Amino acid sequence: MHPAFSVIFLTTLIGAGQGLFLAAFTAESYAAFGLLPAVAPSFLTLSSGIALILMAGGLTASFFHLGRPERAWRAATQWRTSWLSREVIALPAFMGALFLYGALHFYKINPVLGHLPSGAPIELSAVIGSAATLLAFVLFVCTAMIYAGLRFLREWHTPLTVINYILLGGASGFTLAAALAAFALPDFAPFFAGWAVILTLAGLVSRTASLIRNARLKPKSTPQTAIGIKHPRIVQKTQGAMGGSFNTREFFHGQSRAVLRSVKWGFLFTAFLIPTILLSAGLSMEAGGVLSLAFVIQYLGLLAERWFFFAQANHPQNLYYQAVS
Amino acid sequence: MTQLALVIDLNVCVGCHACVTSCKEWNTSGAAGPMFDDNPYGKNPTGTFFNRVQSFEIGQYPSTETVHFPKSCLHCEEPPCVPVCPTGASYKRKEDGIVLVDYDKCIGCKYCSWACPYGARELDEDQKVMKKCTLCVDRIYDRKLPEAERKPACVRACPTNARLFGDIHDPDSEVSHAIREQGGYALMPEWGTSPANHYLPRRKTTIRIHEDELERADNPLRIDSEIPQPADLGPALDDVASW
Repeated sequence: MHPAFSVIFLTTLIGAGQGLFLAAFTAESYAAFGLLPAVAPSFLTLSSGIALILMAGGLTASFFHLGRPERAWRAATQWRTSWLSREVIALPAFMGALFLYGALHFYKINPVLGHLPSGAPIELSAVIGSAATLLAFVLFVCTAMIYAGLRFLREWHTPLTVINYILLGGASGFTLAAALAAFALPDFAPFFAGWAVILTLAGLVSRTASLIRNARLKPKSTPQTAIGIKHPRIVQKTQGAMGGSFNTREFFHGQSRAVLRSVKWGFLFTAFLIPTILLSAGLSMEAGGVLSLAFVIQYLGLLAERWFFFAQANHPQNLYYQAVS
Repeated sequence: MTQLALVIDLNVCVGCHACVTSCKEWNTSGAAGPMFDDNPYGKNPTGTFFNRVQSFEIGQYPSTETVHFPKSCLHCEEPPCVPVCPTGASYKRKEDGIVLVDYDKCIGCKYCSWACPYGARELDEDQKVMKKCTLCVDRIYDRKLPEAERKPACVRACPTNARLFGDIHDPDSEVSHAIREQGGYALMPEWGTSPANHYLPRRKTTIRIHEDELERADNPLRIDSEIPQPADLGPALDDVASW
């Protein structure tokens, strides 16, 4: 497939935004159960605000993918059958919950709604935060299922796609939370950085698993099934157009194998290994600069990872577009 | 239930592209507006087509055969492109099984083209909406046309009658006969899309002749080994008369 930068930015930006919110709410939940000291509302406001900016950035990027963005509202209608439609609903829903969550902490409105049997208070922010957490995961699943649901694109048609989107989004979000905490709430930086390392390494495992799986895939469709002629040697001579077509522009990445290979090793280092090293260094030093660098490098690595995700998928229609003349 | 479809006979297609040009001519002149055409007379012409003819070489020289392969939307009975559409612009008509795009609802997200394993859908770079073969839906029901002309443009244009059009759910239709009796097949059956369009394979007309069919085993001439000659009766009339 041809990697479209609109979709690359959409998926990576909202992944980081969802991850950043999940990181903030994880810290607040730890604090609610007394596992961590109380999180300053200013930090929760800051991280919700930045998460909201990331989500808005992703949403803006997504409009560049549309031929007719002015009709985008129609995309919310087919949620019964289309994962894309479900994402179009889940994305603003999560942003709404995120906005509420941030606003509660900004105005420091956090009434206690009741008590758990253990006596722990149930705060309004915990309720809104839980709803937002649920929506964040719904959004992760919707985004990933857009790709995992296409059975013809076998590189994507695996549960690993969903796992990768969740883990990689979570990892970049927790890394960003660690960097923010280093400046705004230094006591929490090791907590976020620790989780970021765990998620990054888990992401490395699942992404490597999907790379190994995809390397072993055997195509289901062949030139024989594409034109229905049973002969071992079928060579295309013309594709019916000389100057290319939508079919040649949309479904081919146009890069050499060497480029693909270097992008693959590039993202394995920049999205996983280098951030892990920097985060581990940041764990002990609590240096904001190192943690910020970890996020920047990891985000650039995830851009490369998403580019490779698209480029690696080999669409069966390409069988009809092997030679110009 | 009606399922309109094309049946394309690869045995007689000569790859002349008449179906391609007639398709473009009809559909670029329709109510949906012109189809994208960039640089049509320049070096790298590109544009939107509902139908293309491709050519494939089968086999290794010298025993090769060139197969011309017209390719358009197959109007699948289980169209994978329809449920993925986020706006409902892509739909399959209940009454005749034609898969269509509502150009006024399409947002040009290209997701349906990703979901089609055949590459049958093309984004119109001018109108920024997804376009595909309509089976000339604006022609086959047009009562102003004589009944014989209510067929897709490509079917009318084909000089070798390689394209048949009809209802594949009607067992007595021309297309059902052709599929049943001439080995009609669907493309990429592995995906379970049940394409309505079918292709008829290359066929060689050969007969098997045994030796004893060329020469009668009980030929009396062979048994007697010599052709019987009339008895020598001396000169005939031709030998003596000069007329």
